[in-house]
Amino acid sequence: MADVTVGVVVFPGSNCDHDTEYAVGSFSAVKPRMLWHNDHDLQGAKAIILPGGFSYGDYLRAGSIARFSPIMQEVIEFARKGFPVLGICNGFQVLLESGLLEGALSKNRDKKFLCCQTTLKTVNCSTIFTSRYQQDQLLSIPIAHGQGNYFAPPEVIESLEEHEQIVFKYSDAEGRVSDESNPNGSLRNIAGIINRQGNVLGLMPHPERASEKSLGSVDGRGLFESLFRHVAGV
Amino acid sequence: MPYTAKIKVTLRQSILDVQGKAVEHALKNLGYHTVESARIGKYIEVIINEEELQQAERICNEICQKLLSNPVMENFSFELEQVN
Repeated sequence: MADVTVGVVVFPGSNCDHDTEYAVGSFSAVKPRMLWHNDHDLQGAKAIILPGGFSYGDYLRAGSIARFSPIMQEVIEFARKGFPVLGICNGFQVLLESGLLEGALSKNRDKKFLCCQTTLKTVNCSTIFTSRYQQDQLLSIPIAHGQGNYFAPPEVIESLEEHEQIVFKYSDAEGRVSDESNPNGSLRNIAGIINRQGNVLGLMPHPERASEKSLGSVDGRGLFESLFRHVAGV
Repeated sequence: MPYTAKIKVTLRQSILDVQGKAVEHALKNLGYHTVESARIGKYIEVIINEEELQQAERICNEICQKLLSNPVMENFSFELEQVN
């Protein structure tokens, strides 16, 4: 069976695109393909990943300009048809700006750019991105962002909770979700959310940076594995 | 005659403005004890080449909603001035 193509979008200013390509390439039966922001062709990809970085220099607001790049028009269409789209860090910001996910990310509560290992609690393991995890499984995955403070109006937060759209929350090593285990001030410790249809996931932490032993954690692999099993139909 | 749109984009009151907080603390450290708060927003100037004021207003509104502000966390306001 031919390898399944997974597209990794490259915006000017993306800086985790090759890390993501590398992580995707480490799985059998999938082949990463880089997709330039100015193109319109998704090149037969069965899933799209928007990588981390500083697309368009984060000018105006993180993700706000990338959202209007030519390739994003195709990605939005692709997502609306129900195909899987994963946004990591800046990719999450782009998904929020494009309206594929609800809410916004503002500057971290403590003003600092945070680059550190975090513990994530998998609060919904029944998505196509988390099927390889257990419910409430704790994952060690790093964050690296200045604007990861998730915000949404109360009615949106309630709706996210009600429809189990919150997928990852920041927790401590014992799995306690509290203000102390919240690195950036995100409402309800939200680290990652999924859309109602269940095919678009955005998260601030970097699973590609926790995808092999030499990086100190392999906990991010489950996310890619879940997704690739889904698109490969196994 | 084109119009200059003078656009202000500000964070909603419910959003913590960490930059504003840092500036507020700096001002207090400088001895300005009557400074109560500081909030930072964006000022954007856009020249719109439209003859009619109404049309320039419509475009300005549209670009503010579409790109220049994020309605989830920001408000915007603008003034239009004719360019001579």
